[in-house]
Amino acid sequence: MDRRDSLKSLLIGSVAGGLLVTGCAPDTTVEAPEQPQLPGYGRNENEKLHDQKVLADTYLNEHELATIAVLCDIILPANADFGSASDAGVVDFIDFIVKDMPNQQLPMRGGIAWLDAHSNKLHNLEFKKLTEEQQKAICDTIAFPGKTAPDLIHGEKFFTRMRNLTLTGYYTSEMGVKDLGYKGNSPGVWDGVPEEILKEQGLAYEPEWLAKCVDQTKRMDIATWDDNGNLLT
Amino acid sequence: MQVIESSKVYDVAIVGSGAGGGMATKILSEAGFDVAVMEAGPFFDPADDKYRTQLRWPWESPRRGASSDRRSFGDFDAAYGGWNIAGEPYTTEPGTKFAWFRSRMLGGRTNHWGRISLRFGPLDFKRKSVDGLGDNWPIGYDDVKPYYDKVDKLIGVFGSKENIHNEPDGFFLPPPKPRLHELHYINAARKAGIPVIPSRLSILTKKINNQRGSCFYCGQCNRACSAYADFSSGTCLIFPAQKNGGKVQIFTDSMVREVTTDKEGKATGVNYINKADRKEYHLKAKIVVMAASACSSARILLNSKSPVHQDGLGNSSGLVGKYLHDSTGASRSVFIPKLMDRKIYNEDGVGGMHVYTPWWLNDKKLDFPRGYHIEVWGGMGMPSYGFGFNPNSLNEVVGGEIGGYGEVLRHDIRKYYGAVLGISGRGESVPQRDNFCEIDNNVVDEFGIPVLKFNYKWTQHEVRQAKHMQDTFEQVLEATGGILLGDKPGADRDYGLTAPGEIIHEVGTTRMGDDKQESVTNKFNQLHDCENVFVMDAGPFVSQADKNPTWTILALAWRASDYLIEQVKQRKI
Ligand SMILES: Cc1cc2nc3c(=O)[nH]c(=O)nc-3n(C[C@H](O)[C@H](O)[C@H](O)COP(=O)(O)OP(=O)(O)OC[C@H]3O[C@@H](n4cnc5c(N)ncnc54)[C@H](O)[C@@H]3O)c2cc1C
Ligand code: SF4
Repeated sequence: MDRRDSLKSLLIGSVAGGLLVTGCAPDTTVEAPEQPQLPGYGRNENEKLHDQKVLADTYLNEHELATIAVLCDIILPANADFGSASDAGVVDFIDFIVKDMPNQQLPMRGGIAWLDAHSNKLHNLEFKKLTEEQQKAICDTIAFPGKTAPDLIHGEKFFTRMRNLTLTGYYTSEMGVKDLGYKGNSPGVWDGVPEEILKEQGLAYEPEWLAKCVDQTKRMDIATWDDNGNLLT
Repeated sequence: MQVIESSKVYDVAIVGSGAGGGMATKILSEAGFDVAVMEAGPFFDPADDKYRTQLRWPWESPRRGASSDRRSFGDFDAAYGGWNIAGEPYTTEPGTKFAWFRSRMLGGRTNHWGRISLRFGPLDFKRKSVDGLGDNWPIGYDDVKPYYDKVDKLIGVFGSKENIHNEPDGFFLPPPKPRLHELHYINAARKAGIPVIPSRLSILTKKINNQRGSCFYCGQCNRACSAYADFSSGTCLIFPAQKNGGKVQIFTDSMVREVTTDKEGKATGVNYINKADRKEYHLKAKIVVMAASACSSARILLNSKSPVHQDGLGNSSGLVGKYLHDSTGASRSVFIPKLMDRKIYNEDGVGGMHVYTPWWLNDKKLDFPRGYHIEVWGGMGMPSYGFGFNPNSLNEVVGGEIGGYGEVLRHDIRKYYGAVLGISGRGESVPQRDNFCEIDNNVVDEFGIPVLKFNYKWTQHEVRQAKHMQDTFEQVLEATGGILLGDKPGADRDYGLTAPGEIIHEVGTTRMGDDKQESVTNKFNQLHDCENVFVMDAGPFVSQADKNPTWTILALAWRASDYLIEQVKQRKI
């Protein structure tokens, strides 16, 4: 379907003209302030405005972001095949999401402050400046829900939030999707569970069920039926 | 401020471009009518890259597809709006929990809907005759069957012939083969003595014409298909109507406030606010078709007060907004150890389940009326925001540390990926006069239009039905050999029964009937009180079967459009 056909009869109230003015008058150059822009991902106007606002905003400061980077890579370090969470862009993701979801802001800021306070108490140094060993020793006390000492429970809550955001940021990145091995999101033809997997699972398709299913060699043939709804093609 | 008059008089103004509005647009424009489609949201065409979310990767969204107030079901879902729309609130009576899902865009909620396309069966139109509750429809399955047949052929739906009396067969495309978790479900359901059949979704597993493609199995119908291989009102009804040379003018970002009427009470068109300039316009039309969705249409009718229609248009019975009802819902899930550490392959399939369980106890005497069907979910889906949260909570049942950090998390994630199977019941409630939406006298939206207030409580019928669902779920899921997740919700939680509105099948607000005192429209969706106004969304439903409503909205809109054309031919309107 040609979209112009639908546009032809599209009427946007009374400002259709205004929206269609794309080129400027020849001798005027409009000094547009530089706006951070995202590549398109199917946003409507309302959403574009929102994204621009969030991108132009700042919430987490440099110290906080540096602390997040340390935590991200403790939570998900690199291995032989894949990079760490920060390699996968998780720090940028968290920076954005905390601006985008106001309910993340206080717990994040407060959580980092808690961690620094705790670290100061133990070592008289903020968390990001500790040795890796010292950092991990602290993590060990707050990374295992159910085993946390009562006076460290706020740290546990923060660490759980960090773990969740780190993993979700990683597994929704290009690297993480590859690491997971997800195979879809591409045009193809579904023709049932692979034979060897059926065997492994001790399962089989029933012939009567399969008889009802689509013959993928005929998926491009236009369907026709007899009067009783029996498919002819 | 003065209302800006259009000079043109349209034959028909159609309010709303979802399922009902799209069908009316197609049928009426092809009959030669000059049609104006009034849509509160912006233009949308999933084939245009500007709007396309299909086949995008999670990292293309800076929030990785998370949901927001702008899109309740996430960045890639094809529903602008959702549970909340900025500037357009609704309210609830204290004690009512009602959730109202609205999509503001060309095509309405048909861009992202689940594509489950079930016919109502002979019993579904006559439930009062079965259980003595509620009311029968003034029409029966035989009245609608020819239109279901036509909708099947025009739009396309896959399924299988099963010869089940209350689950009528249609003109089906062949269904896709079950996925792995669905095979586990089939086996378990059989063990529990519950039937399973291929699902029935409006997705083209074969081509039906040369304008639309066939499905390429990306599993993303909720993002709307750029190949037009699933049903959306825009791609399958409105664009083709334009292409066929129909006189169709689409007014997007145009929020209808009210239907205008003349001294005799006949409709003369609609008043709408153009969102771009926020000014009010009058569009003249000889006939008005309401298809803004059941509650939105009720709202517009109730707001259309005039000396002749003092309580709102079509409301002499006082029933506009009454008998609002939604489907019941409840869910449970199971972890299947056999599915741990799966070999990974592409199992996206179609954007929805490949198998389901239709209601199987019509002949049984139970402690609740009417029934439910069971939907199935699971599999190795594409990650998006939320994936990886609580990555190893299942260690609680399998053994191993919960929480932690480091490389072990990678193993936990892989171990449990695609190992959970879930099932959900969707059931029929009994419509109540006391469950309704009305105009809130204290609140207006940003256009100054009075908003809806909801009053809704489930009865014991629905609660008992949910209890039956939970018992069934337990039985079936235990038969998978897996470990059930979460506690079984008991009486204290109404057995996990969803709040009214949450299943998004709200219907009944302008119900049809032969008696003008007891119904809002006649059996052809025409207002008893105003012959040139029709309601073609789910408002006229007398009762909502356990079947999802859209296939019936489409069939009835086609039937009502044929009747409308006939009435015009006979100069009755
Ligand atoms: C997540 C989800 C899954 C679903 N799955 C299924 C399923 O599998 N099977 C099924 O049968 N149903 C399903 N449904 C329900 C289905 O989407 C609806 O039944 C169907 O879209 C209703 O069609 P409609 O024509 O009544 O209205 P809608 O599709 O809601 O369209 C109404 C249109 O009217 C416009 N409008 C509203 N008010 C005004 C106004 N004042 N002026 C101008 N325009 C206005 C809206 O912007 C909208 O575009 C699902 C819904 C959701 C949200
Ligand atoms: S699953 Fe098929 S019909 Fe649905 S969006 Fe993907 S290609 Fe289109």
